[in-house]
Amino acid sequence: MILSKIFKNTLLVLTACLVLSACATKKEIATDIKGSMQGDVYTGTDTVKYLAEGVPDRVFFATNESILTTASRETLRAQAAWLRKNSGINVVLEGHADERGTREYNLALGERRANAAKDYLMTYGISSDRITVLSYGKERPVDSGSNPLSWSKNRRSVTVKAN
Amino acid sequence: MIKKIITLFLILIPINSHALIEVDITRGNLDPLPLAVSPLSIDEESRKSFQKVLKKENIGEEISTIVENNLSTSGLFNPLSKEAFLQAPDIANLKPRFEDWNLIKAQALITGKVNFMDDKLRVEFRLWDVLAAKEMMALAFTTVPTNWRRVGHIISDKVYERLTGEKGYFDTRIIYVAEEGPKTQRLKKLAIMDQDGFNNKFLTLGNELVLTPRFNPTSQMVTYLSYFKNLPRVYLLDIETGTQEVVGDFPGMTFAPRFSPDGKKIIMSFAKDGKSDIYTMDLENRIVERITNHPSIDTSPSYSPDGKYITFNSDRSGYQQIYIMKSDGSDVKRISFGNGLYGTPVWSPRGDLIAFTKLHKGKFYIGVMRTDGKGERLLTENYYQEAPSWSPNGRVLIFYRETKTNDKGEGFTAKLWSIDLTGYNERKIKTPTDASDPSWSSLLSN
Repeated sequence: MILSKIFKNTLLVLTACLVLSACATKKEIATDIKGSMQGDVYTGTDTVKYLAEGVPDRVFFATNESILTTASRETLRAQAAWLRKNSGINVVLEGHADERGTREYNLALGERRANAAKDYLMTYGISSDRITVLSYGKERPVDSGSNPLSWSKNRRSVTVKAN
Repeated sequence: MIKKIITLFLILIPINSHALIEVDITRGNLDPLPLAVSPLSIDEESRKSFQKVLKKENIGEEISTIVENNLSTSGLFNPLSKEAFLQAPDIANLKPRFEDWNLIKAQALITGKVNFMDDKLRVEFRLWDVLAAKEMMALAFTTVPTNWRRVGHIISDKVYERLTGEKGYFDTRIIYVAEEGPKTQRLKKLAIMDQDGFNNKFLTLGNELVLTPRFNPTSQMVTYLSYFKNLPRVYLLDIETGTQEVVGDFPGMTFAPRFSPDGKKIIMSFAKDGKSDIYTMDLENRIVERITNHPSIDTSPSYSPDGKYITFNSDRSGYQQIYIMKSDGSDVKRISFGNGLYGTPVWSPRGDLIAFTKLHKGKFYIGVMRTDGKGERLLTENYYQEAPSWSPNGRVLIFYRETKTNDKGEGFTAKLWSIDLTGYNERKIKTPTDASDPSWSSLLSN
């Protein structure tokens, strides 16, 4: 029973990887001048906070995308492990978009991003009862800059302790 | 409050006036019609009475200034400087000396009179065709003195209608989101003001994030998104009573609300599990109906004026594009096929056009297209702008524009702008604070 569940989860992850690699080939992957972006996904640690040692609180997304990168999946696995250890903690996943989109679409996009993170946490055994999704669209940027690097920091899903 | 205000009656019906001056508003007007707005004349006793009640030195002049400003901002008229006027206001109102007004090249003349009568404000005004030396229109209003600004707007609407052949849009209000504070911690409040920026009032305190307010057809109700208790939900607000309620009982975020053209339903998006679909709720029987059912993001719905169709944007093709469907959700058709992303479609009150926001190569555009997607016309390009809302006569669009910040992330502003359907006459609308998400009311005095 448990084994079959793990197997199923692995399958899901594999499928996710496949989807991701398919997308990656579709796009040009360029390394940003500052080295803080891969493609246009933020890879730096500037704005990142930690839920516990080695457990970053947020994952980043490409423009208009809600696909989890390899780094994002690693972050979420760390979050899932931490949540399993701290079974009394519930979380809110706050989904955000950058300022380069219409307000209403961005609200939906933030929700979609936070749900991508939620689905992944659930794959790693975290009950949906412990997760609330909250989209802020483009209403709460962390970086007020009007440039690609600032936007990449703002396209994020942040895991926040709810209690 | 809106309905009871003004009694209006006709003094004289112009006879056979088709040969008189006309303003064509269908093309960009680079040659606005020169006209003279003679200050409304006022007797000394009335002047003093109004001064006491309204704290205005000369209410006649104040009202004509409103008319002048409205006509001037429409871009169709060029009100001439009062210094050039030769004839005194009271005499001009009785019988203009047309050769005097002709001399300063005025083609139309507005004259009038204000009285204080039984604690009421009584205004009469006349519109004259200077070249034909004829009266085109004469009207009188009686109302409570505090409505003096609306009197100015109604006169403007009547003049606009008489000279262009289309209803005006001056006796209207704008509901919008007032913004303050740093970009990362923006404080937002619902605010309402007259179309010309006066009588600004905040409707919420800023305790919670509020977005996208929209009027119902009678302009007495507003639907909007509030983050009250950190639960983003669509709300309904009665402007007069201040009562608010959540629209529907959804287990997640509802957003992007608008009223149906009959005001009986609210159409909105509901987001769940990474998908957003379009729903309606009947305000009378509270019945919720699902309109779209697709794994994509479907949002920003807007009804056609006859209520038979809905336009919305969806990323079901991979990217945000504009679609139309029947109001029951059938016959979904994509209509935007140009380069770039398309969002925030809004059906024109005349029914023939859809206004939208377009993002292409890092620039944002406000544009219009026909309802079959053909005839796309981009009216204005900028760093960031979106969310057009139509004037009730379908001639002007109001939207908001945000500025690019500098290297330090400073210099962010959000302002309201308007532009004519022709692409001419772009104007910043003055607001006491930064502003976004404007929605234009219907004509209050119909």
